[in-house]
Amino acid sequence: MPLWLDLLIRVVAVMAAFLVLPLVVGQAEHKVMAHMQGRLGPMYAGAFHGWAQLVADGVKFVQKEDVTPREADRAVFRLAPIVALFPYLVIFLTIPLGPGGLVAQRLDIGLFLVLAVMGIGVVAVLMSAWSSANKYSLLGGVRGAAQLLGYELPLVLSAASVAMAAGTLSLPGIVEAWQPWWLIWQAPAALVFFIAGLAEIRRPPFDMPIADSELVFGYMTEYTGLRFAFFLLAEYVGIVVIAALTTVLFLGGWHGPNPDQLGWLWTLLKIFALSFVIIWLRVSYPRLREDQLQRLCWLVLVPTALAQLVLTAAVKALT
Amino acid sequence: MTDNGERDVPGKGLLDGLAVTFKTMTRRSTTQQYPDVEPDLPPRSRGVIALSEENCTVCMLCARECPDWCIYIDSHKEEVVVPGAARPRQRNVLDKFDIDFALCMYCGICIEVCPFDALHWTPEFEYAETDVLSLLHDKDRLGEWMRTVPPPPAHDVLGEPSKEEATAARKAAGPGAATAAKTARPAAVRAAPPPTAAQPVPPRPSPPADPEDTAGSSPGEPAR
Repeated sequence: MPLWLDLLIRVVAVMAAFLVLPLVVGQAEHKVMAHMQGRLGPMYAGAFHGWAQLVADGVKFVQKEDVTPREADRAVFRLAPIVALFPYLVIFLTIPLGPGGLVAQRLDIGLFLVLAVMGIGVVAVLMSAWSSANKYSLLGGVRGAAQLLGYELPLVLSAASVAMAAGTLSLPGIVEAWQPWWLIWQAPAALVFFIAGLAEIRRPPFDMPIADSELVFGYMTEYTGLRFAFFLLAEYVGIVVIAALTTVLFLGGWHGPNPDQLGWLWTLLKIFALSFVIIWLRVSYPRLREDQLQRLCWLVLVPTALAQLVLTAAVKALT
Repeated sequence: MTDNGERDVPGKGLLDGLAVTFKTMTRRSTTQQYPDVEPDLPPRSRGVIALSEENCTVCMLCARECPDWCIYIDSHKEEVVVPGAARPRQRNVLDKFDIDFALCMYCGICIEVCPFDALHWTPEFEYAETDVLSLLHDKDRLGEWMRTVPPPPAHDVLGEPSKEEATAARKAAGPGAATAAKTARPAAVRAAPPPTAAQPVPPRPSPPADPEDTAGSSPGEPAR
């Protein structure tokens, strides 16, 4: 296979996953949330249980007027949705789906890249918040910055724990080194990573920066049309990314019966199961107040992650 | 995390919350898919008011009792020559019977007071209009609703019998058994009419608007 064809296939596959998986998760969110609240959710679009609802939403967003506020910093304002969305696309490149190099780009420092790129989310939030020239946007952005910076720490610490255990920063390498008893050994880190990941993608119950009952829509208040759709898409991609990273780092990725043939299936199943949990948490819990949010981060998650690091180091030293 | 006084196991409240949402998800939703599936309304639903024009005697009770005056009635008198009668009789003919559903508050008083069952509730409710003036239903439109009037619900087997039934039973039992047949309350409350054949029809509570009696009075005045 020539290099360019190989490259093309990988890029197309990543783009397809990037566009399809978030829509599936978004549709699942519509339906799961509705049924958890005793509703039916979308029933019309696409004729069968509203399967095409998000497609219809996309068409609607494209048709809407693209408003940029007069006082806005136009260049930054227009760039922010792209900045919010693009890091997730890069992360998609590095997530291994199955054994034997079933990954768009095998990187030796995949974990490092993923964590670094996820940090860009703060920049997108601040860009959109500041350039909107809207006090609600600004408040949301400042809250978002405090939250994202705070939760970056437990996220990185817990990811470092599993990297230490595997002895590699490569994501496929971590999955290869993974063993079932890590589920117990790395359980605190997995919990911390998952919760901090939820906060990183600003999902309820950590949606203080958006907080639609007090800040209109936080840093997205002034966005309309396609740019707003990009922010929403970034949220759904974020769900997939956090679920995928938790799967790869802590749940053993493609490990399952017959991993050589069905590895991709196990990975996808785990990703969807975790996405369901993310939706489930959103439906079940009320939004954390700003002080509760920071308290949870600094007084619970960070100490737990540090203790997990000590535990991981001790077990590695003893074995 | 629980805030209910007693200290539960930490995190129990969180798990309880998850359990509630999950249980709700597994249950069937009760959402009614209205435009696709017609709602199953009970027969006594107050949807719209139907008019049975031939029952109406233009007694005007409904228009008078209507709290927001949304019933408009016009009529004129016609002479009817009855063969064998000493003089021609007069009767009221309905010219206009409009109900403005933009004003109607669905109290149902008009239906309650109608002495001849000319007005009925029907469960039909899909008569929304884009023009508020179109909510004024004339007597033809009100008459069309008659097709949708459901049959009255069956009698409660434990309830007291109707006045007509009680009277008929009393008559059938004969003069001597009158007290024994008076188990029903209406018959006990009202002065029992003499069980003779002089009165073939059971008396109405207020005999209104017999055509020959209203000749001199206003059209709606129930003659007493």
